[in-house]
Amino acid sequence: MSTTAPEFSLRATGRVRRRQLVNRASLLAASLAALVAVAVLGLLIGSVIAKAASAINLDFITKDPATFGMTGGGIANALVGTGILILIAMVIAVPIGVFAGIYTSEFAKPAVSSTVRLVLDVLNGVPSIIIGIFIFGLLVVGHKQSGWSGGIALAIIMLPIIARSTQEVLALVPGTVKEAGLALGISRWRTFLAVVLPAAFGGIITATLLGVARVAGETAPLLFTSSIAANTVTTDPSQALPSIPVTIFTYSESPSPDQHAQAWAAALVLIVFVLLISIVARVFAARARRRATGR
Amino acid sequence: MAGSDQARFETEVTRVDTPERDLAPTPQVPQRPSGRPQPIVAGHGMEARDVKAWYGSSQALHGISVGFAANQVTALIGPSGCGKSTFVRCLNRMHEETPGGRVEGSITLDGHDIYASDADPVTVRSKIGMVFQKPNPFPTKSIFENVAAGLKLSGGKRIKRADLSERVERSLRGAGLWDEVRDRLNAPGMSLSGGQQQRLCIARTIAVEPDVVLMDEPASALDPVATLRIEELIAELRLRYTIVIVTHNMQQAARVADSTAFMLSGELVEFGPTDKIFTNPDDERTEQYVTGKFG
Repeated sequence: MSTTAPEFSLRATGRVRRRQLVNRASLLAASLAALVAVAVLGLLIGSVIAKAASAINLDFITKDPATFGMTGGGIANALVGTGILILIAMVIAVPIGVFAGIYTSEFAKPAVSSTVRLVLDVLNGVPSIIIGIFIFGLLVVGHKQSGWSGGIALAIIMLPIIARSTQEVLALVPGTVKEAGLALGISRWRTFLAVVLPAAFGGIITATLLGVARVAGETAPLLFTSSIAANTVTTDPSQALPSIPVTIFTYSESPSPDQHAQAWAAALVLIVFVLLISIVARVFAARARRRATGR
Repeated sequence: MAGSDQARFETEVTRVDTPERDLAPTPQVPQRPSGRPQPIVAGHGMEARDVKAWYGSSQALHGISVGFAANQVTALIGPSGCGKSTFVRCLNRMHEETPGGRVEGSITLDGHDIYASDADPVTVRSKIGMVFQKPNPFPTKSIFENVAAGLKLSGGKRIKRADLSERVERSLRGAGLWDEVRDRLNAPGMSLSGGQQQRLCIARTIAVEPDVVLMDEPASALDPVATLRIEELIAELRLRYTIVIVTHNMQQAARVADSTAFMLSGELVEFGPTDKIFTNPDDERTEQYVTGKFG
């Protein structure tokens, strides 16, 4: 029997080679696109840092704005104001959001549950300026601006985030855990409180943090509800409270270059705050997910 | 028949009396850990009469009638999908927790109908405990808290702290886990191996001192060594509890059970002493199943 094998080559030719080239080109394009996306964030943070460098210092975060015409001063009042507004929003949105999440996840019939979920998702997508104008019409017209109305507007933005995340993390807790509780002769509600909820607790914290990160920079609702505010630190929510995003907006509109630099500096403070919370929340989320599913 | 059962029962008691066994006070007579006054033959029997069950509109059980004698181990065998797990979940009213789950027929514990209109499912489940196929310790709780969960959370009287520790220790001994975990009771329940987790679940179940313990394929997720330990445990547990065990492993049923019920497509084909079912069954289908012709 003849043992000469036919000649062949293992190198790619013709159509196969073309496909190989297309493969490589697509990979390159995808990598470049990802790089651009990452670069955008880098550029953004970079330019904020660069422009804010001249105005950022310790005084900036501890002092009130300078009197009209003077330079210097800081955004202490805006920091406190934002803090109080976020606090009001949390006090309203967290209990309602968590309970809504618990309800849709544990106690509602499937039809009701999916309707509520749809409503929350739609609410999540409502532009914040519309929420602002809604609260404006409801609470500010005929009265005056106040921290309360600003806080309520922020709460409405926060609510669907917390409710959906709570519901999702509760769904992660395996059904077998709930069954184990029921099989021991523990009532449904106690099973939920003592067994299911602790497992989901970390996820609820994460949801709250993400809600805070989202709401910290919302400008439009605050323009309507809490924009004409004092230049000193105020803690009274029945008055309009100053806030960081509105301060950035107002300063960037002013003719003074000193205030422009301060607007950048305020933007830097805001972005650092939001980034820190987002990173902490995501790190926590992974850990919370492990705890919920029991590793 | 009764005579030989009695004789075997008494032999089992004396076997356990040997000092090497690390159990609660060595009894001459099966004695409940809490030391309540007991009749000479302790234990509680269950009886099912014409039990039917549905998942929504699809009927899973077509009239099962079987009795579970006190202080005996009864095995339910049959091919996958024959309804053994469904039936066992009817015995402690867990089937109705499944969406669309419905039960008809009579199931009694010591003559009391567990589906009576005034019977509280939560109370029923505290008397009829269940161990699941996949070990499901509470993920956020320590070993101690897992075992104590049923005691603390189910509706019984409040238990003093000192009594709680003692009952947890007794339950862990009863489950054969005490020696392995005695010095790390505060470690997370999930940090144990699969076999240990299952024994933890058994300890948790017997801590509430049920009358009957249902086991749904308790060793199928475990390795052979852990399986053997669980089977030894079942032999010990039957002195105090009535055990119903679902198993797809025929050899396990032969090793462990006093009586065996063979189910097929939602019906009870044959029920009798284990020896008879495996060596000389009445029904041809039983014979085909136990000789491995199908299943």
